[in-house]
Amino acid sequence: MTTAVTPTQAPAPPRRRGRRVREGQLTWASGVGLGISVMWFSLLVLIPLCAVVITASGAGWSGFWSSITNEQTLAAIKLTVGTAFAVTIVNVFMGTLIAWVLVRDNFFGKRALEVLIDIPFALPTVVAGLVLLSLYGNGSPVGVNIANNRSAVFVAYLFVTLPFVVRTVQPVLAELDREVEEASRSLGASSFTTFRRVVLPSLIPAIAAGATLSFARGVSEYGSLVLLSGNIPFQTEVTSVRILSSIENNNVVGAASVATILLVISLIVIVFVDIVQRRLARRG
Amino acid sequence: MADTLVAEPVVAPPTPPRPQPGGSARRLRRRSRAVRYTFRAIVVVYLVMLVGWPLTLVAQRAFGKGLTDIQELFADPQIRHAFILTVVVALISVAINTVFGISISILLVRYEFPGKRVLSAFIDLPLAVSPIVVGLSLVLVYNGRSGWFGPALESAGFKVMYAAPAIIMATTFVSLPLVIREVVPVLQEIGTDQEQAARSLGANAFQRFRRITLPSIKWAVIYGMVLTLARSLGEFGAVKVVSGNVLGVTRTATLVVEEKYLNFDKSGAYATAFLLALISVACIITVSLLRPKDQG
Repeated sequence: MTTAVTPTQAPAPPRRRGRRVREGQLTWASGVGLGISVMWFSLLVLIPLCAVVITASGAGWSGFWSSITNEQTLAAIKLTVGTAFAVTIVNVFMGTLIAWVLVRDNFFGKRALEVLIDIPFALPTVVAGLVLLSLYGNGSPVGVNIANNRSAVFVAYLFVTLPFVVRTVQPVLAELDREVEEASRSLGASSFTTFRRVVLPSLIPAIAAGATLSFARGVSEYGSLVLLSGNIPFQTEVTSVRILSSIENNNVVGAASVATILLVISLIVIVFVDIVQRRLARRG
Repeated sequence: MADTLVAEPVVAPPTPPRPQPGGSARRLRRRSRAVRYTFRAIVVVYLVMLVGWPLTLVAQRAFGKGLTDIQELFADPQIRHAFILTVVVALISVAINTVFGISISILLVRYEFPGKRVLSAFIDLPLAVSPIVVGLSLVLVYNGRSGWFGPALESAGFKVMYAAPAIIMATTFVSLPLVIREVVPVLQEIGTDQEQAARSLGANAFQRFRRITLPSIKWAVIYGMVLTLARSLGEFGAVKVVSGNVLGVTRTATLVVEEKYLNFDKSGAYATAFLLALISVACIITVSLLRPKDQG
């Protein structure tokens, strides 16, 4: 039951008037704490990520462009983004349905399902790959072999992105006022109309945030594919695998160029989710 | 989907019968029950096929020959080293992220400073960045030959890249937001009333933190730590890039899984994977058992 995907980074209650009130202003000790924290965060996260962009720009625009339009890289980017997009669409429907069942239905074993949903979040990704391989790989008990195949990428993404939509939609759905739905029903709206006109509009921001996170997670996935997809160029090689092989071939600029594309996607996602969560917080 | 709305909620107190247009209430209710069961079945089958069944298969294969595979695994001193390294690295990054997470959360919720909004958005970045990009970014800054800070650190006698510090940094990077994401909402909810009361009674900042703030965010911190632990033990991609993957020196447990599988030691790979899966499932179950108590 992680809230890692629920809207949390809502702004603190407006304390703009903090100028006058002493509370909220940095004291000497908190100022030092802020300085140390920001410095650590910069050394660990911000400066290294900047280094990626700066290294990518080192070869100039033409160098950057030629490394990302390399045929093999382009194929990898297309596969990654396309599959992540398809998986996100599946997650929008399945995630909402799962959240619905977990909130509105009650049956024996529901707690176990709750645990199952969080497992992809905590399971080491390379183990996730092996786990999927045991059911859908060579010698599969259900007679499906997706190893070294494009559908392996799809299934792996499906696995690792499972919690996101469920965990963002679930709390919003649980807080919805059921009386509004009952009112809609009593006024003669069908259950489908009630869902579409009454429930769905309040779920849309949460679904959007969850879908975006799930897209980002899919695009950046690496570990679960290593054993599962075979990493065949032009067929099952995804972007992060491509970056790694560039690193291993000492093509740092090429690696950084492709990594910049992924970073830009991550940044867009972060900004989008931040905006959606602010809107949610304002309404709530 | 909304057909379930007509279904009687199982736990809710009995509601008065709703007037149904056309007097077909019973038929409608039966249909809605069918829809509810269909949804339930779809969700159960989906989750079992995607997560549940594959997970039990790994356990089955790990114990295919009883306990021998796991015993063999631990008979190898280098595998033992890999597990110890993994656990030590994970504990260090949990410690760093807990201290850092609590202080950043308090700063973000309780104080105003320029750039606060940007910082609060950027804190989430590690969750959205590919582990390979994380590894690459650390290599670019901290490698000993051409990195930005690497050569200076190395000439000061501090080797970061392809050694334990790099593994710790990569692990800390990827699990950085987890404590913060748990603690921030709790801090926002509890407000500052008690802290102000304590202040007016003469408590200093440290006393206020230890006696008022810490007890109220205790559970959030513990959830965050458990999630951080699970994430740290399982980090693979970033560690693969920065560790150099030297057997018996910088190879972690997740790297052992890959290595063993690629070297056709499938039972060893499954045994290692099972142990890692066991830890992460235990973490998830711990969190889900602890959480409801907090809300009561």
